[in-house]
Order: sequence, then C-alpha cells, then structure tokens
Amino acid sequence: MVIESALPLLSMGIVFVSAILIMASRKSPNIREFWSIGGAILTFLTVMAMVPIIWEGGVIKYTLSTIAPGISLNFRVDALSLIFGIVSSFLWIFASIYNIGYMRTLKEHAQTRYYTCFAAAILGAQGVSYAGGLFTLYLFYEVISLFTYPLVAHHQDADGYAGAKKYVIYLVGTSKGFLLPAVILTYVMTGTLDFADNIHTGIFPAGSDSIWVTVTYILFVAGFAKAAIMPLHNWLPSAMVAPTPVSALLHAVAVVKAGVFSISRVMLSTFGTNILNDLGIGIVTAYVVSFTILTASIIALTKDDLKARLAYSTVSQLSYIILGIALLDNTGVLGGIIHIVNHGFSKITLFFCAGAIFVAHNKRKISDMAGIGHVMPFTMGAFAIASLSMIGVPPVAGFTTKWYLLNGALEISSIPIVAVLMVSSLLNAGYFVPITIRAFFQGKKSDWSTSGIKEAPLTMVAPLVITALISVLLGFYPDFFVTLISNLF
Amino acid sequence: MLPYLTMNPFGFPVLSTTIFMPLFGVLFILFMSNEKAIKVAAMITALLTLAVSAFLFVNFDPTTTIFQFGERISWVSSFNINYMLGIDGISIMLILLTTIISPIAVLSSWKAIQTRVKEFMISILIMETAMIGVFCSLDFILFYFFWEAMLIPMYLLIAIWGGPNKDYASLKFFIYTLFGSVFLLVAIIAIYLVNGTFSIPEAMFKDYTFQFQFWVFLAFGIAFAIKVPMFPFHTWLPAAHTEAPTVGSVFLASILLKMGTYGFMRFCLPIVPQASFYFAPLMIVLSIIGIIYGGFVCLSQTDMKKLVAYSSVAHMGFVILGIFTFSIYGFVGALFQMLNHGITTGGLFLLVGMVYERTHSRQIYDNAGLGKIMPIYMFFFGLFAVSSFAFPGTNSFVGELYVLIGAFAVNKTAGFFAVVGAVVAAAYMLKLLKQVAWGREDKRDIKDMNLREIIYMVPLAIFVLWVGLFPRPFVNVMEYTLVNLATQLDKVSH
Repeated sequence: MVIESALPLLSMGIVFVSAILIMASRKSPNIREFWSIGGAILTFLTVMAMVPIIWEGGVIKYTLSTIAPGISLNFRVDALSLIFGIVSSFLWIFASIYNIGYMRTLKEHAQTRYYTCFAAAILGAQGVSYAGGLFTLYLFYEVISLFTYPLVAHHQDADGYAGAKKYVIYLVGTSKGFLLPAVILTYVMTGTLDFADNIHTGIFPAGSDSIWVTVTYILFVAGFAKAAIMPLHNWLPSAMVAPTPVSALLHAVAVVKAGVFSISRVMLSTFGTNILNDLGIGIVTAYVVSFTILTASIIALTKDDLKARLAYSTVSQLSYIILGIALLDNTGVLGGIIHIVNHGFSKITLFFCAGAIFVAHNKRKISDMAGIGHVMPFTMGAFAIASLSMIGVPPVAGFTTKWYLLNGALEISSIPIVAVLMVSSLLNAGYFVPITIRAFFQGKKSDWSTSGIKEAPLTMVAPLVITALISVLLGFYPDFFVTLISNLF
Repeated sequence: MLPYLTMNPFGFPVLSTTIFMPLFGVLFILFMSNEKAIKVAAMITALLTLAVSAFLFVNFDPTTTIFQFGERISWVSSFNINYMLGIDGISIMLILLTTIISPIAVLSSWKAIQTRVKEFMISILIMETAMIGVFCSLDFILFYFFWEAMLIPMYLLIAIWGGPNKDYASLKFFIYTLFGSVFLLVAIIAIYLVNGTFSIPEAMFKDYTFQFQFWVFLAFGIAFAIKVPMFPFHTWLPAAHTEAPTVGSVFLASILLKMGTYGFMRFCLPIVPQASFYFAPLMIVLSIIGIIYGGFVCLSQTDMKKLVAYSSVAHMGFVILGIFTFSIYGFVGALFQMLNHGITTGGLFLLVGMVYERTHSRQIYDNAGLGKIMPIYMFFFGLFAVSSFAFPGTNSFVGELYVLIGAFAVNKTAGFFAVVGAVVAAAYMLKLLKQVAWGREDKRDIKDMNLREIIYMVPLAIFVLWVGLFPRPFVNVMEYTLVNLATQLDKVSH
C-alpha cells in the first residue's frame, strides 16, 4: 500500500522553519530556546502522524522534483525510515532542554549559531531517514556533515579546529571520494537511484557484473564513514572536542546513526539481501564489523577520559547495527534495526551524564570520579541503568538487541559471530561496570560536598533521567518497535 | 527556406534586437556626461536586453532541433557570406547567462569604478553585444567577427581599470587569444574551401576525409583550448583574473571561458566528428589533468582571486570531460557546468570584489575572520563556496553528477580520476571558507553588504538552489538539441 503524502516533507519543513526562527531570535535567548524545543516537539508529532500508515504495512512516498531519469529528489517512508525519524526527532526534544542547562551554565559563546546548526543537523538526519533514493540520501547526508562542522569546532580553539579538521576530512573526503562514485556506478549499472520496495531484491538487475557490484558495495561502506567502521572511525573520538550535547545527540544518535542507517538502507534497499547472499559479501561485512566491535571495545577499556570511552563504545555499538543487517536473515536484521533505538536512548543518557558531571563538578576523567555517586545520585543512577543497557543486561533495552542478534547468528549457524557477541558483552561490562562501582562504592562523600547533593541544573538532570527510564521501558516493552520493523519483511 | 533554420516569426528581428540592444544604449551614452546618468542608462540598457532575451526564452520551442528565430541577409555575396542568425538549445542558455550577468556587472561596478566611467560602461555594453553575437551567429565570418570583437573591450577592461600588473596581464591575454584566433580563422577558411559556404549548419555532419578532419580539429582545438582554458594553455587566465577589475573577471569567468567549450560543442563535434573521436582520449586526459592540477594549485593559494581563477581551470575541465564522453549525460552535464560555472564562479568573483573594495587586499589572511563582522556576506560566500565544490542541492552538483555519469559510463578510470579532483575541490573550498569565516579573531571596521550588493547577489543565489533542486525545466530546454547531437554522433561512429 503506497500512500502519497507530504508528511515527511512537513516534518523537515518544521525543522527548517525552526532553524530560521532560532536564527531570527538571536537577541532573546528565551525565545530562541523556545523555538528549539517547540520545533522539536512539533517535528516529533509530525513524525508520529506517519506511524499509523506504516503500522498498517503502508509506505509513504513523495517526489519533489526529478533530476534525471531515475534520479529524483524524493521521499519514501517505511519502517526503517520511521525508526530513525522517531529516534532523532524525539531525542531532539530532550537534547534541546538539556542544551539550555549546559550552554547557559558554561556561558558558551555563539549560542545562536550553535542552536541553528543543531537544528540543521537534525534536518539532515530527518532527510536521511526519509530519503527515497540515493540522490536524496546523499544530499541530506552532506547537509549533516556541513552543519555539524561548526558544532565540532564550536570552541574555536586549537583543539576544536584540529578535531573539526579531522572530522571534515574523514566525512567529506569519504563521501566525495567513495560515496559519490558508488552512487554513480549504481546508476550506470541500474539506471535508477530509487530504493527498491522489497528488501530482498534490490535494484541491481540479474546478470550485473559481480565484480563491479562488489566494488560498488565496498565504496558504499567506505563512503558512509559516519558509521565509524574501522579504520574510518578516527574522526569520532576527535569530534568529542564539541560541547557535550553535540556529542550526545549528534555523535551518539543523529550523525553516526545517519551513517549506519545509510549503510543499512543501501544494503537492504539498493542491493537487497539476495545479491549480498549470492556474492557472499554479507558474511564478510559481518566479520569486518566484528573486528570493529571487539577492537573498539578494547580501546575503550584503556580510556580514562569519560567522553573518549563513550566514543569508542559508540564505535563498537554502531557496528552491532550493521552486524545485524549483515546476517541477512530477518531476525538479525530486526536485531540490527532495533539497536538504532536501543543504543540511541541509552547512549544519549550516558553522554548526558558525562555533560552533567562536567557542568556540576568540572570532571572529565573517570579516575577522578570516585564517590561522585553520593553527590549525583540521579545522574549516576541513570548512568548505571544506561550502561546495563550497553552490556545487554535484561530488562534494559540493549538486551533485546543482543537477544535478536544472537538468535540471528544462531539461525545462520555462525559460531564466530556468536562468540563475538559474547566476548563483546564481557568487554562492555569490563569498561562500564567499573565506572558505576567507582562512583558509588569508592571515595568519600566528604571529598565532594559538605552540603549534600550537588547535581547539575534540572534542565539537564530531568532529560537524562527520562531517557534512562525510557531505556528500561524499551527493554520491558519492545513490541512497538518489533512490530513496526516486522513490516519490512 | 533552409532545412536547418526556422525563420523568425515575429514582426521584428528578435535576435538582432537582443544582440544590438546594448550597442543601441552605447549611442545614447556617447552623448552623456553625467556619470550617474551614464550608469543609469547602462543599467537600463542591460535590463532591456535581459527583457528581450527573456521574451526569447519564453517563446523558444524546446521540442525541435532546428535553429530558431532565424534571420538571414546576404552580406558579401561574392564569398557567399551571410548575416545569418539562429539559436538552439545550447545557445539559448548561454545567451540568457550573458544577459543575466550583464546587468549584475553594471550594478557591481557602481562604486568600484571611479575613473573613466563612461568608457567603462561603453566597454561593458560592447562586450555584451559581441558575446550575444557569438552565440547567435550561424555564419563563420559573422561568428569570427563577434569573436574578435570581444577581445578589444576585454583588453581595455584589464588594461585601463586593472591592477598594478595590468600591462603584463592584458598583453598576455591579448596575445594568447589572438594566437588562438589565427588558428580559428585557418580552420574556417579550410572548411569554406571545401564547402563553398560559410554557413555553419551546412558544414555539420558532412563526409570530410579523416585527414581534413584531423587538421581542422587541431586548428579549432588550439583556438578553443586556449579560450577554455585547458591545461596546458591556461597560464594567461590567472594573470588576467588577478589584474582585471571585478567586472572583467566576472565576464571572463562567466561568459568568455564558455566560448571555448561552446566552440567544441558547436564546431568540433558536429563538423569534424571522426577527428573528435580520435582526439577524445587526449582531450579527456588533458581535462582530468586540468581538474586535478587546478585543484592542487588552489590548495596552495594565498590570494583569494587567484584561487577562484585556478578553480575555473578545474571546473572547465569537467565541461571538457563531459563533452568528450559523447553521451547525452555528458552533454547535459557539460552545458549545465557551463551555466553553473558562470553563475557560481561569477558570484565568487563578485564576492571577492566586494571584500576587496573594503579591505583593498585579495590576500586570504587580510579578508579572514569575517563571520562575525559580515554575517550577510558570509551567508552568500558560504553558499557560493559550497556550490563551487558541487555540494549536493546546489547547481554544480547536478552538473557534476551528469558529467560523472557520462564519464563512468564511458570509462571508469577517467571517472575515478575526476572524482579525485572533486575531493580536492572540496578541500580547497572548505579551507577557504573556514579561513574567511573564522581565520581571525580581531575586530575590524568592515561594513557588511549593502542593499545594492544584496540585490545583485540574490538572483545568482536563487539560481544556485533552483538548478540544484529543480533542474528539469532547464534540462527540457536543452535536451532535444543535445540528444540530437548525441544521436548524430552515434550514427557517425558506426
């Protein structure tokens, strides 16, 4: 059932208008932040308006303009799109509230630019989710790169510029150097850039030259460097020079998920599971990302800077999503896609916590955080919950992912992948559990405060508590997203 | 009745009107002495020309491959030379580009030109007449006449209103292009001797011997390659750009460079197709060298204007690459890139000129850190800079996409090399953008863009996004002509 509707365009339009309004009200911060939060809520509601259609098994399509035969600026919303659309718009609400506390407490400069670019990055993420073809996907993918650059370089000091330079070289370099030729090769071979409606068939005609199909596939995976698959992951730890809300929403959710989402989308809707199976590149991809999962976790173990540890954790967790898709069977794909949601909520919580610790106590290093749980019980409690999700402990969200991924790996009887999942859970526990232990069971309260609890402002604590609670809720009740994703099959 | 020309259906010669409208304006300006009045008169003339060309565009029939709005008067009957005009899907776009850029050029020099305003405006308008004339001519001699006529006002623009090194630059420009013109004339005469006519359409797709085609292609090739300019004939360009006044650079980049690529499309492909096929590998290699070399030279520039000038070498490489893929995608992409380069690089030169008027320096460092000081300027600069490296959603991306599709379909190696150039383009433009936005922290007393400057940048900015997001209306106008060209070439190749 295909429904012609401009709803995806409307949701992006709202983000666009919010960005303009944010820019226009530079003189009064309260109004500016009002637009940011209002825009986020309105966008989320518009996205939710699409749910009933997709829930019923429908697909929303809308073509804005034609560029060339088979190439258009078009939108297509299915369950995969909607999952990413919901996550990025819903978490934008919390990030907007959190931003207020963070940016005002630290008296950051250029806040209007910051909020505008933040909204523009969300616009890009929304566009990537609803892209109906590679042209649209490429367009919004680049919009994200362009507008997150000023956010990474926000502090405009040597570190900021160095991080941002690396960021732009990795992201724009790969998207121009690898992604663009991949898109063009696809067009030359198939005559279209639109996505297929069936995740098994893809758009490549039977008899396509398997070598060039493989080359194109490799170029795609390398071109979407936002997915941070090793060895193209290095920009992500460097991007941590950005203010923490940026790391939270963009470098744990919107930007990196745009990368994994794009790879998933291309694997499912451009290539299709059949051709990936026939060429045997699904399982190769699974091994490549398994390497990333394990290596990034090991590196995370060595990091004392909390944000750096979280960044490597993100690198590792993103590859779970691609691992699930690369298993190419329904259970695995389901596990991969649902991790977009699970990781999104849990990881944003963790980054929110890191920012709250920095704002309240000016601490970045894990080794300095002994006993911090006594003065920041809410923050560190949320941190503990979210890290359980990362490890995959029931009933927190991450467990659902592990469950489906393990089932998917067993269904294709891949013992190495099962082993990778088990080892990686141990590694996750290895770098997350000590933080919680140190926060609550080491150090003395008297080291921190004489007057009891000292949390960050409410606008920061409330969002992180809510996202942590939602992480639990998702673990208890995964049905909504599971049912939604099942529409893909 | 000629099979290749539909006569002008209107009560007045619409093409001649477009061509000579600016010259008509010059007649009035000659008798004026008030500088303000001269500027206003020049502006009105340029706008009237734009209006006539818009009329042309509206009435253009995009569903035929025959030259339209034809005019034909015998000129020198003993040599069978005719005053013959007509346009197709290729020329209409370039005429429109010319008539859009001209009023912008007048407006942009409102304050910048303080000396010899009258002569300056006259030069601009004569340039406009010559440029439109080139795109409308269907007779070789007429074409050559307009082609050479462009040279003089352009030379004057650089030599009189140019920078400190203007004598060297203007002479280099003059000698280089004159050198090319000689070869053009030789080719024209060679074709006349075989055909007995100077009619351009009548010379197309005839069965010339390969040897004849070989030499004619070489002669045309040198003339046009200099004009484009293609590597290794590009050295006059940076010199001319850096010394020329803003308007000179804008005309040079936006329209004059297109003369070369227009020549390849209009003459080389249809008149000497076999030689074009023969030389295609060489042309593709040279175009790719231009793309990559131009990009790397840009990376090391400290002078904004030189950077934009060298980026032209790279951009025009894409046009040549598109043309010599002989595919419909390549052709559409090439024509798009001509227009896009005209708008985007023209826009960048205007922006460089704007900041030069304020800081009197073209060095990137002197114009760095404008983000806070000139936010409106930064908006435009950002838009045109990302358009320049073919950011998706802007005009250049559509053109580059078409060219690359053509290139990859014909030769994947060429495609991958061109992609390297595209990556380098992103590198130097983002580097420049970052410098101009954030390169310095200190506060300086520089005023942001004024209303006049915003007025002439807005149409260009609209074009950047319009073509980037909704290119089909433009493709429709050029498609028939280009498909016809591709089909005819295909026939020859078999």
